[in-house]
Amino acid sequence: MKRVLIVVAVLFAAAGMLFAGGSTEKASGPAMAAAKPFKIAVVMPSATTDAAFSQSMWSALQSIQKEMGGESKLELKYSENMYNVPDAAAAIRDYASQGFNIVIAHGSQYGSSVQEIAKDFPEVTFAWGTDVNTFGMPNVYAYTAAAEQGGYVNGVLAAKLSKSKKVGVTGPVEVGDAKTYIDGFVQGVQATDKSIAISKTWTGSFSDVALMAAAAKTQIANGADILTGSSQSVVGSIGAAKDNGSVLWFGTQADQASLAPALVVASQVYDWTAMLKDIIAKHKAGTLGGITYTLTLANGGLKIAYNPGYKLAADVKAAGDAAIKGITDGSIKVNP
Amino acid sequence: MSGIFSIAVVTGILNTMMGLATPFLYAALGETFAQKSGVVNLGVDGIMLISAYAAFYVALISGNLWLGVLAAAIVGLGMGLIMSFVSVTLKAEQGVSGIGLYMFGLGMSSLLFKVTIGTVKTVVGFPQVKVPLLGDIPVIGPIFFRDSLPVYGAFLLVPIAWWVLERTTLGLKIKAVGQNPAAADSVGISVDGIRYFSVCLGAILAGLAGASLSISQLNLFQDNLTAGQGFIAVALVYFGGWSPFGVLAGALLFSVVNSFQLWMQVLGAKIPSSVAVMLPYLLTIAALTVTVNRVRQPAALNKPFERGES
Amino acid sequence: MSASADVHPLRESRFDWGRVVLNVFLPIAGVIVALLIGAIFLLLLKADPLAAYAAMARGAVGTTFGLTQTLVKATPLLLVGLGICIAFRANMINIGGEGQIIAGAIMATWFPLTFHSAPGWLLIPSTMLAGFMAGAMWGFVPGILKARLNVNEILSTVMMNAIALQLMNLLLQGPLMDPAAVKQGTFLAQSAQLPHQVWLARLVPRTLLHSGAIVALVFAGLVYLFLWRTTIGYAIRAVGLNPDASRYAGINVSTAQALSMTLAGGFAGLAGVVEVIGVQHRLLEGLTSGYGFTGIVAALLGGLHPLGLIPASILFGGLLVGADTMQRAVQVPSALITAILGLVVLFVSGAALWSRKWAARRMTFQHPESEKSSP
Repeated sequence: MKRVLIVVAVLFAAAGMLFAGGSTEKASGPAMAAAKPFKIAVVMPSATTDAAFSQSMWSALQSIQKEMGGESKLELKYSENMYNVPDAAAAIRDYASQGFNIVIAHGSQYGSSVQEIAKDFPEVTFAWGTDVNTFGMPNVYAYTAAAEQGGYVNGVLAAKLSKSKKVGVTGPVEVGDAKTYIDGFVQGVQATDKSIAISKTWTGSFSDVALMAAAAKTQIANGADILTGSSQSVVGSIGAAKDNGSVLWFGTQADQASLAPALVVASQVYDWTAMLKDIIAKHKAGTLGGITYTLTLANGGLKIAYNPGYKLAADVKAAGDAAIKGITDGSIKVNP
Repeated sequence: MSGIFSIAVVTGILNTMMGLATPFLYAALGETFAQKSGVVNLGVDGIMLISAYAAFYVALISGNLWLGVLAAAIVGLGMGLIMSFVSVTLKAEQGVSGIGLYMFGLGMSSLLFKVTIGTVKTVVGFPQVKVPLLGDIPVIGPIFFRDSLPVYGAFLLVPIAWWVLERTTLGLKIKAVGQNPAAADSVGISVDGIRYFSVCLGAILAGLAGASLSISQLNLFQDNLTAGQGFIAVALVYFGGWSPFGVLAGALLFSVVNSFQLWMQVLGAKIPSSVAVMLPYLLTIAALTVTVNRVRQPAALNKPFERGES
Repeated sequence: MSASADVHPLRESRFDWGRVVLNVFLPIAGVIVALLIGAIFLLLLKADPLAAYAAMARGAVGTTFGLTQTLVKATPLLLVGLGICIAFRANMINIGGEGQIIAGAIMATWFPLTFHSAPGWLLIPSTMLAGFMAGAMWGFVPGILKARLNVNEILSTVMMNAIALQLMNLLLQGPLMDPAAVKQGTFLAQSAQLPHQVWLARLVPRTLLHSGAIVALVFAGLVYLFLWRTTIGYAIRAVGLNPDASRYAGINVSTAQALSMTLAGGFAGLAGVVEVIGVQHRLLEGLTSGYGFTGIVAALLGGLHPLGLIPASILFGGLLVGADTMQRAVQVPSALITAILGLVVLFVSGAALWSRKWAARRMTFQHPESEKSSP
């Protein structure tokens, strides 16, 4: 067996020597000549097509790329489904060493990786979310979304629209922005109409669409006429609402109107573009990090996208707009 | 928790159970055939995924649900042929080849989805069809006789599968090959042929399970749509003692407890959601410890057959 | 090594060089064939296969960092694979690795957080032991259910996997959630960071390679000694090769099966420990990364032999690391990587046929009057 080990080791060394063409880590200079495109890389824990967390960041990046003039002006690279943290660390380090200007670590689990790697690449900007900690490092930005704010607004709207006075929540696992969104939603409902009963079901999985659909069906069977929820598997709940035909839906993380054009009332949309543009501008100006960004209704990072396909009564919309204004000017406080 | 056993709630629990059990039934009944002939196919989840994609995509672009079902069956057959070739002809270690098939199906379904569709879309799936007369019976009607065609198909498949296995020569051959391939071989039954057939049949049914998800129950496709249901389906084959009615019992037990825990959460039961979600799995194990498992597995299960070897 | 008794459950062939060579090169051939098919997919996706595979090789072994990443991934593969080896030797299929890893990881988080003032030289080994026991318990349940109640282990392990995942969710949503995350209002699905003294030492600065790799290597040797040089190990192997003859020879078959599953769980649990205290330094979602399944593949690649597992886990770890590098280089969807890895597993598992044919032919040639060879 020892000889087997040696044989394999030799094979590997040979392969390594064949292909190890000087691609060791090299420190990169800041973006120099105007002809070279600005380079941003993003590492994400789920797929770019997840209709939720990862997709919101990826589409924001793509829209910025379009605005800036395409591939030649802004080069984008991505790594998706990086739920294994060491793999993500390798990706972050790899992009940093390839001379990317900004590396976005779009997952709260990547924190310690960013902390370690950012030290070695002082000229690269690392943007990390969702969290609030920049580790006191000059080249790390942190970002998060105050999901509870949009949740509150949705809750206000839901309370006004519910005829059965029963509202259902279908969530994955009670953590992160799923939790904060739903907690905000509950506050919004209760601030508007205390008589409404809110039922929550947690499926224990971010990806089990069938179970989410069954949870939604159960809520509907129990009399809920408004549903909301979070995570990529929430498409199942929307489907259940569609099957029923009269249950209304409130979405988060992305505009979900296209999934049920007649039933989605509004969605809280994460719009990362303003934040990203600010980070790009700051990086070009020499500030590589040190700020925590929070998407809020006030700064436009969070938007309530009313679905034009759903006719919203004027007084309900007024209540929703009042809630937005209240949160924006600080008179309404929503706890995460 | 008051009202947990009101008629409305019980009806709701049982109705949800029917929909939840459907993909398990298709996939587990299919796997029963495969295992009866001696082959373990752990790749069922991967077959379900890629067939779900195929059904969805074809239904999306053609507008015809039955074409989607056909696509799922064809893709399932293709995956079944791969599994048969690797596990029967090449006599691979079946547990491992099954995992490889799973990874392949998972990867291909996500890849094709991303490249051909790219974002979550919905189709109008199989509608609810009320069985005349039976669907009007109070209580029983709304639970069992107001579902979609794929749901009815899954439940009808149970007695059909039983009948094929127990009352036809084909069934005899399948069982013989799984019990004693050397003896079957010596009386002229093609062991490899029967195994190819069973594995492919199982894969086609797994394909239908996938279709039942993407164009009937959920009406959409997304990465990892099945979230591991294929593995539970394989487990249910063992639970059911390799008998279609046993598999039915397992699928119903698992689904009814799942449906029940969702109701418990909706009605506000004071147990942590994670514990509620655990219940179907805990109860399945508990059920096994209580019902003594006398059924022995097919003797040649997971053993590739080589003429001249015992 | 072969005994001459007639009713002997184990008959070892003489060390067969041809078989060893085949066992090494066939998997590699399988990998190459799968990569060739992958090249077709790459072309269809308008990516350059040569650039892609060059990036793959470079990523796995062409840089220091890549090489250490390969070893970082190889470590849990090796540990899980060792457990799979033991279980397979008793003819038990352990697909409960995911749940057992979680059990070990939960223990490896709770234990140091509770005994946070213990010194490192005491805390690290005791955490490893506690994690091993937790994983062992998670393997014991399916093991004893099979032994006493004939409950198939595939069924029970699938259930135990789901239960472990929900248990972790339960803990991360509540008692184990990082107090800092609660205070900041982010409520992240992770535990508090573990006390520094329980962190495994990093072997190479600025990489993730930790001393857990050495622990895994040592255990590979120990498992080899256990299986081939102790009576218990012998009993486990005997039961796997010929349960009836073993029973006749006085070995308690069900005990051996239960024990093998328990040990398999323990090693998977140890993999969870090592990931938590060596790599992540906290408990968080997704830390199993599918090692419970990929460990099975590594075990097969290694010929189900603890020492063969060492190069096999390195090879497979390199494949995984290289695949990610390839994805970054040519920007193909990660799903393609999963599909190619699936093909690798399919081809490698199919390639074993030729090794078996070789072995069978050699045995009948060398022992023309012998009994039929065992499959």
